[in-house]
This record gives sequence, C-alpha cells and structure tokens, in this order.
Amino acid sequence: MSTTVYVPRDATALALGAEAVATAIAAEAARRSLELRVVRNGSRGAFWLEPLVEVQTGNARVAYGPVRAGDVASLFDSGFLEGGKHRLGQGAVEAIPYLHKQLRLTMGRCGVIDPQSLADYQAHGGYAGLQAALAMDGAGIVKAVTDSGLRGRGGAAFPTGIKWRTVLETAAPQKYIVCNADEGDSGTFSDRLLMEGDPLCLIEGMTIAGLAVGATRGYIYLRCEYPHAHAALNAALAAARAAGFLGQSVAGSGRAFDLEVRLGAGAYICGEETSLLESLEGKRGQVRFKPPLPAIRGLFDSPTVVNNVITFASVPIVLARGAACYRDFGTGRSRGTLPVQLAGNIRRGGLVECAFGVPLRTLLEEFGGGSRTGRPVRAVQVGGPLGSYWPASKFDTPLDYEAFAQQGGMLGHGGIVVFDDTVDMAAQARYAFEFCALESCGKCTPCRIGSTRGVEVIDRLRAGDRPAQQEALLRDLCNTLTHGSLCALGGLTPLPVLSALEHFPEDFVKPKAAVAAGS
Amino acid sequence: MSARRPVTVPLRVEPGSDLPPPERSAVLEAVQACGNLPGPLLPVLHAIQDRLGWVPPRAVPLIAFELNLSRAEVHGVLSFYHYFRESKPGRHVVYLCRAEACQAVGAGALEAHAKRRLGVDFHGTTADGRYTLEPVYCLGNCACGPSVLIDKELHAGVTPARFDELVAE
Repeated sequence: MSTTVYVPRDATALALGAEAVATAIAAEAARRSLELRVVRNGSRGAFWLEPLVEVQTGNARVAYGPVRAGDVASLFDSGFLEGGKHRLGQGAVEAIPYLHKQLRLTMGRCGVIDPQSLADYQAHGGYAGLQAALAMDGAGIVKAVTDSGLRGRGGAAFPTGIKWRTVLETAAPQKYIVCNADEGDSGTFSDRLLMEGDPLCLIEGMTIAGLAVGATRGYIYLRCEYPHAHAALNAALAAARAAGFLGQSVAGSGRAFDLEVRLGAGAYICGEETSLLESLEGKRGQVRFKPPLPAIRGLFDSPTVVNNVITFASVPIVLARGAACYRDFGTGRSRGTLPVQLAGNIRRGGLVECAFGVPLRTLLEEFGGGSRTGRPVRAVQVGGPLGSYWPASKFDTPLDYEAFAQQGGMLGHGGIVVFDDTVDMAAQARYAFEFCALESCGKCTPCRIGSTRGVEVIDRLRAGDRPAQQEALLRDLCNTLTHGSLCALGGLTPLPVLSALEHFPEDFVKPKAAVAAGS
Repeated sequence: MSARRPVTVPLRVEPGSDLPPPERSAVLEAVQACGNLPGPLLPVLHAIQDRLGWVPPRAVPLIAFELNLSRAEVHGVLSFYHYFRESKPGRHVVYLCRAEACQAVGAGALEAHAKRRLGVDFHGTTADGRYTLEPVYCLGNCACGPSVLIDKELHAGVTPARFDELVAE
C-alpha cells in the first residue's frame, strides 16, 4: 500500500519553497524504491509552518514543518512515512494548537483536500449545500441566508440575504452573480487561500446564489496578482462542468448556471463593487453613482448579486447545516465566523477562522505570538489600507463589526497588520494618502486631488513648517474627503491618517533640535 | 508641362496596416479568442500583453477597430490599469510589494536596495534590458513578507541579500 504525502501548492507555501520540497520527496522516494502518492493540497493557513508536509498514517495526518528541500532526506531517514520523530515534527496536524483552537466553518476544507478533486470535495461535505438548495425555491434559499445572519465579508458587512432578496424580487430577463475576488487590501489573503485550497466551495456558493435569485451567469473577478488562484479556479471549473454541477442543467435539476473567471489589471479601486462592474464591462474602473443599486441595475444594466469570495464560500455550509447552526456562533449582529488574517510583523502569521467576539488581543498574542522581530507591538492596522491604526490600548476590542466601528475602527475584510516599535506613524499616514492618490479612479475631486495635497501637508507637518496650521489644514482636508467622496477609497482614507495622528501624535512632531538645526 | 500622373489617395489608412507583423497577429489572435465575450476589452488586452509582454500604443487603432470601440475608449482603459504596459519591459519583470504588511517587515529598505542594485527607479528597465522594476500593492503573501514576484514566481521573506541572489540567477 502506498503512503499519501501532502505538500501544499498554496502561493505562500510555494514562495517558501514547496515546489522544491515536493520534487525532492518524489525523487527521494524513487531513490529508495518507496511507493508514495504526493497530493498537492492547499494551505491550512499556518504560514509560519509552511511548507507544512503531512503524512497520512492510519487515521491521523502527521505534520512536519517548515520543511526545506534539504530536510527531505533526513525526513526519510527518520521514518516520517510512518510518522517517525524528527526535529521538524509537529505531531498530528489537527492537534497543532494554532489550528485546533480555531473554528473552521467556511475554511474547513482548506489544506485538507486535494483542491482539484471533485471526489475529495464531495467526500468532505462538498455539494451538500447545493443538494439542500435544489430542494428549495429561491425565496426559501434567500430566507435561509437571511436567517443565518451572514453579512458581506468583503468589508462593508451588508446583510447578504437582503441583497439577494432585492435581486430575487427584481424581474429581468437576465440576472448575474458576480464574485468580488479583487482582494487588494494589504494584510489579507483569505480569499486567495480559499480559492487555491477549496475553489469548488466558492463555485458551489455562487451556484446556490444563482438558483436563489434566478441568475444563470456568473463571473469571478479575480485580481491578476493571483496567478495560482487563477489556475486553481480554472481547474475546479472544468471539474465541476465535467461532472454536471455547472451548465445547462445543474446537478440534473434542469436549471442552468455557469460562470467564468475574469482577470483584473492591478487597479485597487476595482474592489469597489461598482468599479468592478465597470471593469467587467470592459471600461475604466470608475465608481458609479448609487442608486441605482447593483442589485437592481448592475452588470450590463441587469440585476446583479455582488459578493466577496468568503461570503459566497460561507453559503454552502449555511444551506447544508441550516441557518441556525451558523447563526449560533458570534456576538451581537456579527454572526458566524470570520477568517482573520494575521500579517506583517508577526511571529505566527496566517489564517485564523474564529467566531465573532474573540478579543483582538487573543489573536495577536495567543495565535500570533507577538511580533516577528521580538520587539513590542506598537500599532496594528485592521481592515486593510483604509482601516484605522490602533495602539495597544484598544487590543481588548472584540472581533465584532459594531464594536470596531464604535472604537473608530473598521473590521473590513479581517486583515490585521502588525507593526513593532520601529514604525514611523507619520510615514504610515503619508503612505495612506500616497496610496489613495495612486489608486483614485479620479471621479471625485476630493479623492483625486485631495490625496496629493494630503501628502504635501504631511510633509510640511513633519518638516516642522507651521505645524498648528498644517494640522488644522489636514483635519479640514480629511473632513472634505470623508464627506465629498462617492466610495470608500476617498471616504475612508482619513481613517488611517487621523487615527495615526490621534494615537501617535509624537511621530508627527519634528524634534525641536532638528527644527533649530534647519535640517 | 508634363502630364499629371494620377495619384491614389486612400480614404483612410487601414487600421493596423503599419504594425509589425508579430504585433498585428497578437492583436488579431486576441480578438479572435476573446472578442466575442461580453465586455471583451480587458480579456483582449490581457491576451495581447501575455503574448508580447506589453500593449504597444500603436496597436490601439487596430484594437479599437476590431472591437468597434473608439480609440479614446481603448486608450482610456489601457492607461487606467497599472498592470497594462505601454512600453516594452525587460526580459523579466520584478514586482516589489510596497503595501503595509510588507512595510512592517522591511519593504522600505528592500525597495531602496533594489533600486540601487538594479540602478533604476520604479518602472525603469536595467541598461542590459534584463530587468524591469515595478511596484505592486499586495501579492497576498502578507504573513511572510517582504514579497517579490519575478515574472510569475512568488518569493517570500526577501531580504536585500536574497534579492541579490534572485536577480543573479
């Protein structure tokens, strides 16, 4: 009997050398005349252990990591195919505390299955949600999603069921399902991890959405910076189509649904839903006025559901296990789980899916293990480049959309970027404006021009040039951006800027000695 | 006085007739493959850039003609998106992540080093035509930065020393 060895094909694992490890394992096995099957799974998200090699031994999968190609011969020598002891040994993978302490609902199959195998997907509960949905009418599916309390995981946290109901109730000859896979926020990678590790889950979620609202066509708008996710999605689409889960008659139901992947082209603004629709139509990604809402007039002027990858990927389990099972997790109006991403200067970076309500501190310390450099954590930015910079005094805030908003922050897509005490917060504030200037679509003047003026004001402030006036000007400018922009790029750029100024004012003051020296 | 010879003045230059053959066929094949999709312009531009490494501005009239768009529309889209290149890149394109998660682990120092090492600023191509350096805003490798993408290969934890190894390969 041949042993099964798992070596991830996730982009981060590959960036850390997983391809060389897979090659070395196959070569070493051949040299020793051992029979083994290498499965290229996705990542479980414990990136600090990647490349994480797993071996199927009896009922458990034993893990070794981080493995370099040079470690492979010694792994064989230690009998890793039987779960033998090795300095890289992590024990049974499910028992690794980082993974064991998580609550995996949406990302449960990531790193477990072979993402290209439909049989593996179905053996782990895949397409159970679709089977349940096929027994319901559209309104029934929408009701289940509404009752689950699921809110948009892209960042805006709009109730998914309400969006779907609007599309369902808008009569039109053609409707669309669009997946926003333009995961441009720095510090986020949950969409990528899911698309590479469990792409069929996204496809199933979108198919259910199509059945729910009566849409027959779907698009996944994927950022072009994700070539591995692109390949994984296309392979999964082909598998789903070949098995009849996409096409003229979804799973023999007589109802049609099919979808395709479209690539973005490096514009952050296309993560904004109306820009994304413009881009899908082949235009410049410029923000549209709302109303009309995309749910009523979206892609090609037709009613369109636009949701994030994680939102769609959470739908199958809601249908398979029932709305109550999902809703029972969480706190307040934030129901279910959120895949949080620990990034930046963190010791144990990776993906942590947990129920809402967990304090930020637990994520940073218990899971993350503090900074990678070992220095004190000075600031975190939650929610991507438009999220607030927070000092340690706010680390007890629970993971909850409303609690974050109340503290002047934003949970967004769940990315947490950690900075140690060497960070210059005035430079970070300046960067927020610089990024806004680079990525502004140009539609609203405050964002298009104000962002550049913002960089200049911060430069003068840092140079000690009439600081009181500069600060007044900066606040006034931020007020104009907040209230004079159509979308979140211009509207939220003041968040990182003003939070940095509020919590770390000392970084914006040029030391008196430097002013006197004229440097 | 000599007899005037008749001169044929074309009413309009055939779009793309002045394009070098490889560029012309790249455009026509891209249109052939993606031209019938709804909203075909981005897929067509991707197909051209995949083939040539860039989208030559002189190809805009032919793209516009084939897709029944105005030149302004094609130029507008081509120039809007950071990924599409209107100039020929070096043999390899080095994308260096500048976003926050990589900044937190030294992307700023890496950026300065890379520019010095290659002797170019962002968007520049080395004198030997080997490398073009581009900024990128997140590669989704945020737990293991600083991140660098060279052509289609992603690299994690890139220190200045590792960067030198990568560009020496």
